[in-house]
Formats: sequence, C-alpha cells, structure tokens
Amino acid sequence: MRLSKFVPLLAASPFLGGCNLVVMNPAGDIASQQAQLIVYSTILMLIVIVPVMALTVIFAIKYRASNEEAEYQPDWHHSTSLEIVIWSVPMAIILCLAGLTWVATHRLNPYSPLQRISAEKEIEEDHTPLVVQVVAMDWKWLFIYPEQGVASVNELAAPVDRPLKFEITSSTVMNSFFVPALAGQIYAMAGMQTELNAVMNEEGVYDGFSANYSGAGFSHMRFKFHSVDEDGFQNWIATVREGDRPLDRAAFLELDEASIADPVSYYSSVDPELWNAVINLCVDSNDLCQNDMMMVDALGGGGLEGLYLREVFAGICSSSNPTGMLSRIRDSREIAQAGDFPGELSLAGADLASLLRRPAGSGATVPGSGAGSKTDE
Amino acid sequence: MAAADYSRWDPLVGKLGWDIFPFHEPVVLVTFIGVVIGGLAVLGALTYFRLWGYLWKEWFTSIDHKKIGIMYMVLALVMFVRGFADALLMRVQQAWTASGGTGYLEPHHYDQIFTAHGMIMIFFVAMPFVTGLMNFVMPLQIGARDVAFPFLNNFSFWLTTSGAVLVMMSLFVGEFSTAGWLAYPPLSGIQFSPSVGVDYYIWALQIAGIGTTLSGINLIVTIVKMRAPGMAYMKMPVFCWTTLCTNILIVATFPILTATLVLLSLDRYLGTHFFTNDLGGNPMMYVNLIWIWGHPEVYILILPIFGVFSEIVATFSGKRLFGYTSMVYATAVIMILSYIVWLHHFFTMGAGANVNSFFGITTMVISIPTGAKMFNWLFTIYKGRIRFEVPMYWTLGFMLTFVIGGMSGVMLAVPPADYVLHNSLFLIAHFHNVIIGGVVFGVFAAMTYWFPKAFGFRLEPFWGKVSFWCWLIGFYLAFMPLYVLGLMGVTRRLSQFEGTIYSAYFVVALAGALFIAFGIAAFLIQIAVSIRNREALRDTTGDPWNGRTLEWSTSSPPPYYNFAFTPKVHRIDAWWHMKQAGYQRPLEGFEPIHMPRYTSTGIVLAGIITVLGFALIWHIWWLAAVTFVFSIGYGIDHTFNYDRDYYVQPDEVAGIEGDRTKLLAAEAVSK
Repeated sequence: MRLSKFVPLLAASPFLGGCNLVVMNPAGDIASQQAQLIVYSTILMLIVIVPVMALTVIFAIKYRASNEEAEYQPDWHHSTSLEIVIWSVPMAIILCLAGLTWVATHRLNPYSPLQRISAEKEIEEDHTPLVVQVVAMDWKWLFIYPEQGVASVNELAAPVDRPLKFEITSSTVMNSFFVPALAGQIYAMAGMQTELNAVMNEEGVYDGFSANYSGAGFSHMRFKFHSVDEDGFQNWIATVREGDRPLDRAAFLELDEASIADPVSYYSSVDPELWNAVINLCVDSNDLCQNDMMMVDALGGGGLEGLYLREVFAGICSSSNPTGMLSRIRDSREIAQAGDFPGELSLAGADLASLLRRPAGSGATVPGSGAGSKTDE
Repeated sequence: MAAADYSRWDPLVGKLGWDIFPFHEPVVLVTFIGVVIGGLAVLGALTYFRLWGYLWKEWFTSIDHKKIGIMYMVLALVMFVRGFADALLMRVQQAWTASGGTGYLEPHHYDQIFTAHGMIMIFFVAMPFVTGLMNFVMPLQIGARDVAFPFLNNFSFWLTTSGAVLVMMSLFVGEFSTAGWLAYPPLSGIQFSPSVGVDYYIWALQIAGIGTTLSGINLIVTIVKMRAPGMAYMKMPVFCWTTLCTNILIVATFPILTATLVLLSLDRYLGTHFFTNDLGGNPMMYVNLIWIWGHPEVYILILPIFGVFSEIVATFSGKRLFGYTSMVYATAVIMILSYIVWLHHFFTMGAGANVNSFFGITTMVISIPTGAKMFNWLFTIYKGRIRFEVPMYWTLGFMLTFVIGGMSGVMLAVPPADYVLHNSLFLIAHFHNVIIGGVVFGVFAAMTYWFPKAFGFRLEPFWGKVSFWCWLIGFYLAFMPLYVLGLMGVTRRLSQFEGTIYSAYFVVALAGALFIAFGIAAFLIQIAVSIRNREALRDTTGDPWNGRTLEWSTSSPPPYYNFAFTPKVHRIDAWWHMKQAGYQRPLEGFEPIHMPRYTSTGIVLAGIITVLGFALIWHIWWLAAVTFVFSIGYGIDHTFNYDRDYYVQPDEVAGIEGDRTKLLAAEAVSK
C-alpha cells in the first residue's frame, strides 16, 4: 500500500534537494559556534586528508605494474626526512586542533553562563537567565518554568535573545535533551541534574527531541521549541496558565506513567517542592528521598530499616538546605557514641540513637508495601 | 502484540512457556520458516553426503590452528549474513517510514533488530573475523607449528560459537534485548527490561567473551614463546606485531567487560543496585566501564587489519614496507592511547570542561600514529610495482575511505562539536565508515590474499572485483546520506519519522544497502565459482603472490605440521630474502615432529556451557546447577587425559614433502 508512495519518491526526489542542515545553520548562538567548530576542524583535517587521498590515487596510477617507465626501488624502505614529515605534519595539525578544543570546550561548556547573546550582541552584566526545568519521561518531555510557576508537556517556548538555563533530569532511563537549532545536547539522567546554558537568536518553531535511545516510545519523544518575542512569550505563559490542572505530586505521578506520542498539555501551577522531589526520586511520598538516604548513609546507614524511616530523616538534609541539621546531628552523634543521647533529639517518636547504630540484623525485614509504614512502630 | 509473560516462574522449566515463541510477528514467522527449511536442507545434505564423521573428526575436534582459523571465518561469514539481514530490515523500515509510511516493524521488534545488528556485527562477525585471521596467519608467519595452547584454541572457538548459538536462539525462543548493543542501564536493568532479552545478551557475551580472553592469552604466549629462531621482535612481520598488540588489548580489556556484565547480571538476578536509578545505583558507572572495554575493542578490531594491509601493500607493490620501525611504534602507541580515550563516547554526560578537553585531545592524538601508518602505506606504494590483484583493490578502497572516517572521527572528538553530532546518524556514518572501510574491506582483502594458502587455490578474480565495486559503491551510497542526515539533526535508532523531508536520503541509503547485498552475494558466488574452477586456479607453488613472509614458504595448503623444518630467520621479510638468497628446500634429514592430538573436549564442554547459558537465561536453576557442576567436572577430567600429543614420524614427513617436491618439479617443467 505505502510502497506506491515509495516509487515516485525514488524517481522524483531531487538529490540533496530541500536539504535543511539545521546543525550547520542553527538559530542559536551556542549551536552556531559549535557548527563553526565543525567547519574549522574539517578544514584543519583537510590539510592532511586531501594530499593523502590525492597521492594515493597518483601513486596507484603511476606505479602500476604495467607502467614500466616508473622508477622501481624494491628495497627502499626508509627515509629519515620523510619520517619526520609524516609524524610532524599530523602532530602540528593535532596541536592546533588541541588548542582549539581546549579553548572551545571551556567556552562552550554547557554549565557555564553565557558570555554573549550572539556574535553581534553583548550580554548584560547582571542578567538573570530564564530557568526551565526539564524532565525526560517515558516517553515525553515535561518543562517546568519555576519563575512563572507553570509547566507544559511536549512544548517549550522561550523569548528570543534571552539567556536560557535548562536544568535537566529524568524520571526514567537515560535520555538526551537536544534542540539542534539551539545548542548541543546533554544527557538527562534520573537522580541527577545536568545543565545547559543557551540562547535562541531567531524566532521560529524548532524541533527538539531525545537523542538517546530510551525504549519503545523513543521515536515519538519529540517536542516543538517556540522561539518568540517577549510579548509572544508572555502570551504563551498566559495560555499555559489556563491549563486545566496544577502540577502537584499526584499529577506528576499520573503523567509519569509510560505513554507514547502524548499531545501537548499545560499545567496551571507547579508545586515548588516538586523539582527537588523529582531529582531525589521521591515524588511518590512513600519513596525515600535520595538526599535523605545519603544522610542516613552519612550517619552510618541504619541498615534496611533506615530505608523505611524516611519520615525521620526527611528534611534533615535536602538539596535546598544541604547542611540542615547536619551539624547538630554530628554533635549528637558524638554524644550518642559516648552512650549518652539527649532525649530532645528523638524525632517523630523514633529513637535516633538506636538508628545511628547498626541494627541487630534479625529485625531487618522488608515490608511488602507502603514503605513509609515502618515508622509507625 | 501478545508479549510473553516473563514474570512467571516454574521450578522445572523456569520462565519457559508456550507463549515465548514470537510467531505472532509475521516477520519472525517467515524468517523462522526460512531458517527451518534452510537448516533442514543443510542437515540433509550433510547426512546425504555422509559428512558428519568427516566434519567431526577433521574439523570440530581439530586443534590445528589453521582449521580453527577457518572455522572462525566460517562462523563470522554466517553471522555476517544474519547481521546484514538485520541491517536491510532497518534500512527498509527507515526508508519506508521516512517516506510517509507506517513501516512494517513495531518498535519492540525494530529495537531488537538494531540491538542484535550491532551486537552481532561486533562480537560475532568482526571479532571472529580478526581472531580467525590471527589464528590462521600468525603462527605461519612466525614459523610455528601451532599455537602455544592448541586445545585452549579449540575451546575458545567453541565458546565463541556457543555465544553465537545463544544469540541466534533468541530469534525464535523468547526475544532479544531491546536495550541497544551496549545495553546501557537503567534501560537494560530489570525494571525497564523485565524480559529475557538482556539475559540472552549478557550470557551470549559472557561465554563468547571468555573464549576471546582465552584466545588472547593463547596468541600472546604463542608470539612471545614460539617465534622461529632468529626472529627477534623487530624482525616479525607487521601483522604479527599488530596481532601481539591486539591480544594485549584483549587480555587487558575483556575482563573489564566480563566484570561489568557480572555487575549487570547481579542487578538483574539478585536485585543489587550497581547500575539502577535508585538506592545508590549509578548507571554512569556502567557507561564508563563498558567504554573502558569498548574503546580498546575498536582497536582490537582495526589493529590486525592495519597489519593485513601492511602485508598486502608490501607484497603487491613488490617492495619492502616503508618505515617498518615507525609502523611498529605507531601500533604500540595506538595500543596504549586506546586506553585513555573512552570518555569521548559520552562527552554529553555532563563532565566538566577539563575532563572533556582531556579526552578530546587524547582522542585526536591517536590520529597522529594512525596518520603515520597511512603515510607509510603510501610510501610503500611509492616507487613500487603495483599488481592490481583483488586484495590491492580492497587496500586502495580502504586507504581512500578510511581517511574520510578518520576525519569525521576527529570532528566527533572536539567535545562541543560532539554535543551536536553525538547520537546522530553522523555518528552512525562515522563508525560504519571506519568499520566497513577499515575492518570489512580489510577482512575481504585478507580472505582473498590468504585464501590460496588456506585451500590451495586462488579465488576467481572477476567476482572478487564485482564484490569490491558493489561494496565500495554501496558503502558510499548507504552512508554518505547518513552524514547529511546527521547534520540535519536526525538521531540514531529511530523507527518513525515526522514528515517526509528525509525520504530521499533514506531511500538512497537503502539503495546502498542493496548494493552491499550484491557485494556479499558476489563474494559468495566468487567462492562457489572458485571451488568449481579450483583446478585452473590451483596454487602448486605455495607462493602465489610472490610473498615476503614465512607463510608463503610452505605449501598451499600447508601440511598439518606447517613446516617440515623450523625456518631460521635472519632478516625482516624472511621468505623474500630466502628467495633472493636462492633458498633450496631440504629434501631429506627429516626429524620427528611433536604435534598435539585432536580432542572433542572443546566442543563438548562448550556444548554443556551453552546449555548452562540457556538455563541461566530462563532461570532454570536445577539445569544451571547440573550443567555448571558437569562442565567443571568435565574440565577437570580433561586434565587427566595424558594422550594429548604424538610424534609425526620422519617417514610420514618425507612422504608429504616428497609429494610436494614432485609437484614443484612438475610446475617447473610446465613453465
């Protein structure tokens, strides 16, 4: 059936026609600089590639066996001057490329704040970038605008020439956040946050997608990036704000169910605590947050029981308050080791001192469901 | 789609059940019917021509390095056809969907196909190809009679085959992994891949990987201990040098693969959290570990091929290799550098600028010795007398194609450029450019070059040239559009596309793949035609190409003991100088030759281990326990086999050598 479409295409397709090399002609300054790097490194490489290819053809023709006139030196196998050339020419080119690489990698480090808006436009000294928090899900993209307090699925918008800072994570397997017209990609990984600083210099609608294979719905894990002017952006935010529901933990969990080719949808507001919960893999309130688990581990573990005492540990140390009660706990830990634990530090009814020691082993059982229930003991 | 239920478990049959046969997928069903018919035809033919006994006695239980080398090549060719079929399926799907169609493969099936394609092509095509070549050629080149551990060699081969059998089995029994050829977690973890697919992947690789490690040890020891008298390291043929470096890489890196896969299996089987998202697991660690093996693996594949081209260029230019010493040092430098570049496979993981620059620059540095090699081949041709035989076609095709792949490789090594090119079809085009333009071209060159040594007759050149041109044209048609598509922002592993703007490129790529199919067919035709015309193509001299190294000093095919007398080496290109010095074959004074005996232990043991792998994949614990204990016991039992060697008596050697003397005399008369 569809094969009939095939044949005329094969015949009619103008070779290389309609070719849109978005990587080489992007709309964002970072991607433009990256494209320039591709060009520069290609030119540098061609200095050595072209002569090699030309000489290969010339030598192959000239020294063919049927050409009796060509010189034949069966034992010629060494020439110090040639050896110097064949090692030093590539070395010189690689030296140039290495310098280029060092400088460019530092200048275009996705974590670094932008240094310019575009080749023609300087950046303001005290600018604040527009922060967009990106969550890769099975198989869709969630974009949270913390400043505006809204979120959208499978649609991204940003004002032109405004520095953008993406904070990127995943609620599932590894993906890669990539808008070729804007800037290079960076992986989205669960329990971790990567960053991408970039800017879009032209208005338009651009493709974005996951560049790292993530399972069955990968082919459809795409979104549109709307690069608009400041008014357009405000309008877009207003549209999003009219979304039918707020993005809280329940809404997030519902969205997080695996689905393929989801339509664009909007959330009118966003739970400000959500992002930390996503990063720490504890949107489901029964899950122990990673930062809390790290705290448990820092205190010596607590064995399997420690897993189910998240309410005890929740909030002691989080990414928003990394030190939290750490110093206080440390003091009390020393006291605890001395065997004299002050009563006022018993949190949520649990004896913290006993948690800080290794459990007696036999008591460590895994409850079948409801991980948080263990604290009720 | 009626997926099987992989969560059930039964103590007797593990996860097996009637729904594991994926015959509800029409593509699989048709393939299955084809395989059954083809398989029955082959089995029937073997039985009809009474070849089972011959195959068992002369091949399967053989510990002759030459026969094992040939069996590796046959395995690789068979798996090549399988891997290429996967490639064609993908090309058709992508051309179809990019032209607005819906395609014929569901994601679940398509994902298995690209996973299998990558995994098979690397582990069960490229690896057996280069291992087979090293096995066949290297002992002949150093004047040895076999490898250092002949039984181990047979065992290694059958372990590789065992892995291949498991992968092939996954086509019809259960399903294969959908996690990509390197099975990145957490996607390959039990949470996201609960089926047996990843388990097939793990155990096939574990078993084959152990075989590869053992074979690596074997070949290193062979080179270190068994070179002919007088063959100092710097008098070894370059192919032996590349073999040595390759096997050092194998021994140093395959244990990393094994350990990494063990950790992944622990995650999947015992619920540990090495590479999971939660509970302290770290998928990034897996990605690092797998590439610490994976990047040297790239050089494990290409280094022996560099050696092949060095031999071929010198032979067909009738000229000593230019810059032997710098060639050796270049190989060694590449070997060492290949360990410190692994991170360039994931610049986009978010490492800092210092780390990324470091690995980008080390990657570029590799192109210096590689460039030096390219120049050395170039200056070997220079002032030579190039005979344009088929191996030389492949070599020139390689030299022109590989540099393009090298160039795109350096582009990918610039981290900020990699941010836009990573995971794109540009990357796919790059590594196919170096693997096809390098490894595949090299393997075809090598097969054509050493075929007369292995079988006693040359390959018919016409079909060889047809094959070459189909491959060359096919390669450029198939992969140049992919470079362009990569720059258009198309990523790898897509089975569906929005719109039809990519249509033309994918259709051209499909046409290229069809050209390559003709190239493969032409190669198989070439073998068939050559077998039919073998008398006309017979090589009676043992030296059909006017070769330079020791393998050409013995007959074609060589007697099972390789050399009646161990050659004495005085200079590099030993055979060339022996010919120059008017070397005369000694016709008498033969002495007993110490040779190893054939044994069936390797194939039996590998067979048991295949069952062990199957039991582990399907969680049939009793069977796994039984086969595990049995394989250990059988291995120990083999150590009590004291009837493992014998002496070839001088009479027998004199008989064989006498026949050759007559043959050479007849040849001289006819000239």
